[in-house]
Amino acid sequence: MAGKPKVAFYWCAGCGGCEEAIVDLAEDLLQVANEVDIVFWPVAMDFKKEDVETFKDGEIAVSFINGAIRTEEHNEMSFLLRKKSRLVVAFGSCAHLGGIPGLANLSDREELFLRLYGRQEGIENPDNVVPKTRVERREGIITLPGVNEEVRALNQIIDVDYYIPGCAPPPNLVKDAIKTILSGELPPEGSILAPDKTLCDECPRRESKPEKIFLKEIKRISLVDVPQDRCFLAEGVFCMGPVTRKGCGERCLGANMPCRGCFGPSSYVTDQGSKFLSAVSSILETDDEEEAARLSSTVLDPAGLFYMFSLPSSLGAVFKDRKNPNILKGSF
Amino acid sequence: MKYSHANRLGIFICHCGVNISSTVDIETVKKALTGYPGVSLITDHTYTCSNPGQDMIRNKIREEELDSVVIAACSPSLHENTFRKTLEEAGINPYKLEIANIREQCSWVHSDRKVATEKAISIIKAAVSKALLNEPLTPISVPVTRKALVVGGGIAGIQASLNIANSGYKVILVEKEPSIGGKMAQLSETFPTLDCSQCILTHRMVEVERHPNINLMVSSEVTRISGFVGNFEVTIRKKKTYVNAEKCNGCGICIEKCPRKTDSEFDRALSKRKVIYRPFPQAVPNIPVIDGEHCLYLLKGRCGVCRDVCGPGAIEFEQEERFVKEKVGAIVIATGYETFPIENIPEYGGGTIPDVIDGLAFERILSASGPTGGEIRRPSDGKVPKEVAFIQCVCSRDPEKYFSYCSKVCCMYTSKHAMLYKHRVKDGQPYVFYIDIRAGGKGYEEFYQRASEEDEVLYIRGKVSRLYREDGKIVVEGTDTLLQENVAVRVDMVVLATAIRPSQDVSRIAQLLKASVDENGFFTEAHPKLRPVESMTAGVFLAGCAQAPRDIPDTVSGASAAALMVCNLFASEELKHEPTIAGVDEDVCSGCGICIGVCPYEARELDREKRVATVNEVLCEGCGACTAACPSGAAVQRNFTDKQISSMIKAILA
Ligand SMILES: Cc1cc2nc3c(=O)[nH]c(=O)nc-3n(C[C@H](O)[C@H](O)[C@H](O)COP(=O)(O)OP(=O)(O)OC[C@H]3O[C@@H](n4cnc5c(N)ncnc54)[C@H](O)[C@@H]3O)c2cc1C
Ligand code: SF4
Ligand code: SF4
Repeated sequence: MAGKPKVAFYWCAGCGGCEEAIVDLAEDLLQVANEVDIVFWPVAMDFKKEDVETFKDGEIAVSFINGAIRTEEHNEMSFLLRKKSRLVVAFGSCAHLGGIPGLANLSDREELFLRLYGRQEGIENPDNVVPKTRVERREGIITLPGVNEEVRALNQIIDVDYYIPGCAPPPNLVKDAIKTILSGELPPEGSILAPDKTLCDECPRRESKPEKIFLKEIKRISLVDVPQDRCFLAEGVFCMGPVTRKGCGERCLGANMPCRGCFGPSSYVTDQGSKFLSAVSSILETDDEEEAARLSSTVLDPAGLFYMFSLPSSLGAVFKDRKNPNILKGSF
Repeated sequence: MKYSHANRLGIFICHCGVNISSTVDIETVKKALTGYPGVSLITDHTYTCSNPGQDMIRNKIREEELDSVVIAACSPSLHENTFRKTLEEAGINPYKLEIANIREQCSWVHSDRKVATEKAISIIKAAVSKALLNEPLTPISVPVTRKALVVGGGIAGIQASLNIANSGYKVILVEKEPSIGGKMAQLSETFPTLDCSQCILTHRMVEVERHPNINLMVSSEVTRISGFVGNFEVTIRKKKTYVNAEKCNGCGICIEKCPRKTDSEFDRALSKRKVIYRPFPQAVPNIPVIDGEHCLYLLKGRCGVCRDVCGPGAIEFEQEERFVKEKVGAIVIATGYETFPIENIPEYGGGTIPDVIDGLAFERILSASGPTGGEIRRPSDGKVPKEVAFIQCVCSRDPEKYFSYCSKVCCMYTSKHAMLYKHRVKDGQPYVFYIDIRAGGKGYEEFYQRASEEDEVLYIRGKVSRLYREDGKIVVEGTDTLLQENVAVRVDMVVLATAIRPSQDVSRIAQLLKASVDENGFFTEAHPKLRPVESMTAGVFLAGCAQAPRDIPDTVSGASAAALMVCNLFASEELKHEPTIAGVDEDVCSGCGICIGVCPYEARELDREKRVATVNEVLCEGCGACTAACPSGAAVQRNFTDKQISSMIKAILA
């Protein structure tokens, strides 16, 4: 079956930003489209699951999957694409690390349903009706995919060959990644297709860093003005830059917002959130336990801040998985 | 011999006599580890640290061509160095050793044989997985400046300086007062032999001054210390004395002619001294100094007599203080002690009743060169006191109000005081209030017995509850806890054995040195038994009462020990520094700078050009603070990498 390599795009639990990132390639997209045969891309083209099923195993050259794994549909499609593709690329923070949807893991599924369908302001649901996977009506039977216990990163349910990080991945990174993959000169398996240093390395604010950084107070970005050229961390505002892989194009910093960590940690760090925690607790400017406790208590949402993008792939979650064989890879 | 085989690891299990083997079943451990990944030999010995034990290890390393070794024995703090040498002698890198502590952390804390055996297996597995990832390392060489700084010129500082200087090394001795000698120069006679304090001290003071290897800096203070063992840089402030020591010939005419007097500190304000003065006649150096706070010329621009009479023109009113920078390789702290000021003890009449004095003042009264020429006369009216109360443990052993520790020397000097008083006032009656008598020391118990029996000193066991004046007498009330009755003695003078506390300058010095002090302000030794003269900071040693209250014999022996440690350090031209320190992977470091302030030894610096952190390998003590703080994973602790630690955890949990 000669011809252009077949490429698939798929989205799981995502916001659509990653699809946008592909469209953002603009004329480069056309060039890519010329070189490949896009065989599956639900957001843009009318192919169905059945079409994918007709391919031979490994017939698709590469599948780009974005979004976190939240529902049974995501499991199913990921298994299918894995089977049919020679390479699978986790595209964007959610597929890479679990992403923002992964913060849902702070609550259990039943609690989430109640919150979403019952206790939400503006919703009247006295009987606490929640979505079911199967409903019989006069018109027939309606089914919905089930919702998994917890949100997963893509590599927690299938083997992933490469990762393109970012929320969303910047166009130049996407372009380079696609080029590299199509060139056939493949980087080592499991590579994250972005530089392996953390953000401070190319931060435009780096020169403003003092010799030693200490935190006297922890300030919230919404309540202080940090001048455009000052290092956030040195100003007392939590910036995940030190613990986050660079390559994002510093879009947040440009908008005068500190880094939130969407590129995940460098390959030398396993758990981005706890690494950041240990870094900032090392620079609290106090030896007094009570003062340290007071300072820490000013961080209102530590899990949401330190693990904004990586909760499902944090050490704790991975460890929990290990003890629960039912949610191991491929066994849904 | 060089071995290139990957992973030829040998495990040696020590029985430690029966210390380990009585709780840990060695055979079971051996069985469990046979065939463990990477392990090619497992054997045991009754005492691995013994010569035959080490021979066995060396032979096995050679025979089996081992490239790394795990020794399952006692704590690494005991024998890690021994075994590192063993490995080196057998031809493999000493840092390819890992100790599995199955004694302190296992056999000693468990009685259940089964549990202990299982735990020992886990501990050894963890050590094996770490050992397999140990890198060969080479100790870091650091040059040594073979010159010592001694801070404080009491008997401790004098002894240490002389010992170091006599071993052929240069010494800078810094004393804040105009003369060396410290408290010992103020003492009259010394227990337990009653030899004259100055007679045995002054020739040593002179020896210090004349010694070609000693640079004596009096009226000086250390203001800055940077650097590290072998390579300290210190700044010394030479205070203004208004006398040019180079020109002065010590004739003393200026002192004679000076018209103004003030209280003598040396005589504890029991006599007057001139404003240009030497603290005492045998002062070393013999150069007078001007007390700027009382000098008429300096205060009001009048007088200047000393300048007029000085032959060599040594008086320099315009003198400025000077700062001298010196490089030294080791530092001895000998800043001594102070007695707790009696003004702070009003309940004993301190500061309000003139005839209540402290022990050092009484030493001056006893001293032949003192304010009364050695005759016992009380301060208020110069009368000979016929009854004297000596009160021990004033502020010492008093955790509720003052200090909980024992000042150690008071029991003995009070015996001495009472005895010398009785020798001079034959019809006088000394009373001693005490809690108990601590006379541990060569000849000390005999000395105390002599005081209480031969010299008829009346010892009253009990604490003083009240002290007040009545009809020209001082009434001392207390409870005699032996007789179970209240006692009151009416005396003419009271001598308080006040607590010995560290020189009040100590916290500043401790900060300069980054050396730690205990809750009472005395310098802390690295180990109370095995490293008693080393401070917690490498290259900084302790001598005398700066460390704890002690008498002269203990001060002198401690000072000699400190000097020996300094000479030890100076015996080689370079120091070997542990290589298990932090490093930076420059390919990973983003120069975020978080580690820089975290390092307690100031060993990390940000190279802004290369945008990476750097480590000063000599300053780094391998504490690991930066490694924990580094958010990018660039900071590594050699042979304690994250990978090693997680593989150890995995081995234990597997
Ligand atoms: C009343 C009394 C009687 C005693 N009688 C006896 C006795 O009979 N027999 C006996 O064995 N022991 C006796 N002792 C104990 C004896 O005094 C001490 O053991 C001894 O003096 C300790 O010597 P040192 O050098 O450690 O301290 P010190 O004598 O206190 O000397 C410390 C020196 O350091 C200097 N110094 C302090 N800070 C600094 C600084 N920051 N920079 C530079 N220099 C500084 C001080 O000026 C001083 O010269 C007696 C003690 C007391 C209080
Ligand atoms: S901490 Fe944030 S703001 Fe500061 S240099 Fe690093 S990335 Fe830039
Ligand atoms: S903390 Fe880590 S990444 Fe940051 S400067 Fe130090 S070594 Fe480099």
